[in-house]
Amino acid sequence: MTRAVKKLDLDPVTVRKARSLARKAGRPIVNLAKQHTTVSVERAVLRLAGLAGADSEGIPWVNRLADTVRADVGLEHGFALPVWDALLRGEAEDLNVLAQKAASGSVTFRLPEGRDAQRARTAARKAAAGGLKLIDGRRRERDRLIKKHGDPEQRPWIYLIVATGDIYEDIPQAQAAARAGADIIAVIRSTGQSLLDYVPEGATREGFAGTYATQENFRLMRAALDESSRELGRYIRLTNYASGLCMPEIATLAGLQRLDMMLNDSMYGILFRDINPIRTFVDQRFSRQIHARAGIIINTGEDNYLTTADAVDAAHTVTVSQLLNEYFAKEAGLEDWQLGLGHAFEITPEIPDSFRMELAHAMLARQLFPDAPLKWMPPTRHMTGDVFRGYLLDGFFNLVGAMTGQGILLVGMMTEAVVTPWISDRDLALQNVRYVLGAAGNLHEDFHPAPDGFIANRARQVLGESIDLLDRIVDEGLLNAIGDGTFGLMKRPQDAGRGLEGVARRSGEYYNPAIELLEEAQ
Amino acid sequence: MSIIRPYGDTTGDGMVQMSFTLPIAHDKRAEGAAIQLANKMGMDPALVVHAKPMGPDFTFFVVYGPVNHLVDTDKVEVIERDYPLLTPKEVNLSVRKHLRRRLTIVGACIGTDAHTVGIDAIMNIKGFAGEKGLEYYRELKVVNLGAQVAVPELVRRAKAEKADAILVSQVVTQREAHVLNTKEMSAAFREAYAENARPVLVAGGPRFTEQMADELGVDRVFGRGTTPGEVASYLVDALVTKRQPVKRSA
Repeated sequence: MTRAVKKLDLDPVTVRKARSLARKAGRPIVNLAKQHTTVSVERAVLRLAGLAGADSEGIPWVNRLADTVRADVGLEHGFALPVWDALLRGEAEDLNVLAQKAASGSVTFRLPEGRDAQRARTAARKAAAGGLKLIDGRRRERDRLIKKHGDPEQRPWIYLIVATGDIYEDIPQAQAAARAGADIIAVIRSTGQSLLDYVPEGATREGFAGTYATQENFRLMRAALDESSRELGRYIRLTNYASGLCMPEIATLAGLQRLDMMLNDSMYGILFRDINPIRTFVDQRFSRQIHARAGIIINTGEDNYLTTADAVDAAHTVTVSQLLNEYFAKEAGLEDWQLGLGHAFEITPEIPDSFRMELAHAMLARQLFPDAPLKWMPPTRHMTGDVFRGYLLDGFFNLVGAMTGQGILLVGMMTEAVVTPWISDRDLALQNVRYVLGAAGNLHEDFHPAPDGFIANRARQVLGESIDLLDRIVDEGLLNAIGDGTFGLMKRPQDAGRGLEGVARRSGEYYNPAIELLEEAQ
Repeated sequence: MSIIRPYGDTTGDGMVQMSFTLPIAHDKRAEGAAIQLANKMGMDPALVVHAKPMGPDFTFFVVYGPVNHLVDTDKVEVIERDYPLLTPKEVNLSVRKHLRRRLTIVGACIGTDAHTVGIDAIMNIKGFAGEKGLEYYRELKVVNLGAQVAVPELVRRAKAEKADAILVSQVVTQREAHVLNTKEMSAAFREAYAENARPVLVAGGPRFTEQMADELGVDRVFGRGTTPGEVASYLVDALVTKRQPVKRSA
């Protein structure tokens, strides 16, 4: 990847300034995240400690237990102290029984004090450490399998989506896609899952335009792709979504089931799902700490801004968001190789020099984040249903990907916005990618934009606009900027949005063993 | 001229191209099967210009040839939409110009239905089928109450927000609950408002058909596949354009 960088003559002082502004803008948010907790963060601790399963109505036991604890002692102290205090008091032999008793109303929780609190802390810490140990084991297992089967031969890695709604249909489709050349399989989630305040349980066969993210679905798909990895002699990565109201829990389940990449944007839920900003930032920090520990690569969602705002006018908002995502990610312990920062090929094709501008934007991202596996997203907005034109557009998209050393390439479908991809659409799309990578994959060796040419100037202009915007965000505060509609044109005030009722300011007694352990290791 | 045929490079040649996949391995028999399908579709002679195996079990074909069907343009039946389809820009402009304030829409999934897929597809900025949702429209104020909203709560919020329109979604239902819920909703609004002051009531969901509006007591029903743009255009037509006829001089 390093081969492709340093082609734009960017002023290093300006680049440093951009990063330091992002840090300044992000730091108050991190402090805010450290001062709050959410129901989903606390439920994630219970999941880490091994609580799984659901009652006869399909409501997970973690939710049953969490709801009771919250009703008895509130959310602000965290759930670890009251839960492990109850276990130490002999209310139940394990978490599962405790959850069942809590659901039937036969346990009352309290906030332990003094020596009882200390004992509860120790027990909770031991339980959370057990979960982290499983995640660590999964990470070692991944390393071993990559060593055994190998990484894809080429960069970018080829990323394909399956989305049937039925995990048992997804599996053969995913395996077929891997055989056809996919290096990464993403299972799209059912529409609306991001707004559920619980993680569904078990293998699922009905979803809307996607398949529910559940621990069992994760396990089934990972096992199937392990089979494909063996068959194909390269490790096939699995992707899902740590987003929405249950982001921390889904991140935890992903770590436990050895998922390899997770969509995990710092602002997507706020902007596109109207989830409360504080809820999102708190959940996001915890989920990123888990991803860091699990060796999971995150994919951020900057491409989405360009589906609502203009890709030329708003190009700098992508850069700003990438810088913020980078800051938040590193603060949570993620390393450069884990940052699949997003960007997209969405400039109106009819605009003169649209391709040169796409190149400029992609090169800017590449050079700003030289060690991150950038995620390059195909055109969606200008896919009109004219599949022939769409195929050409995807070819140009692939060409930018090849010329600018992108790490992860989401394969564009000519039938985007027409149908969910047919088998032939996927095959044609992969032919397109293979042709472009084969024909022009090494073009970056010869391609050096003129230092004062259109591309270099455009990149500098976008970087300059990013700094102006970051300056403004630092002045008014990121939460206010989000409230003003700075990103993707969406206005999201901090005191509104979904999931706000699941946020609490941490008390002086707050204890979360998972966060403690994750931060110690950092 | 009302009788026409497809045009390749000569009037009347009837030339058509198509592509499809058959679930069989690629061999001569597969190509014969592709020709057979094309023949049955009225393409004769059919020329398989491209056949490519996709894995061991599928073959992709591109086929060219003349179709023997004639099209009579006089016999084409079109069901016209009774409102003009507007772009987001036109919707915003129309609301700003004629309503002179933002148009308020309150949406919800009512009853026990927890599936906000429908209402979110229409209302969330993310949208549906490549179209942005109603939140994207600057001149529309969108209040999405989410799932499992009780009818009295919906009426209360509608009044508090001074709603111009109510969107109600029903996706997953049992024993005709979607019909009962929607009837309950429309009855409640008729009771709470004077008829001329009542918000426009819109119901949507895959189990509704557009002809059900009267039965449900709503002003409009949208079925499967409805896009946000269609809903926005309808609302402008129902609330903005019709209420205050366009002044031509403006």
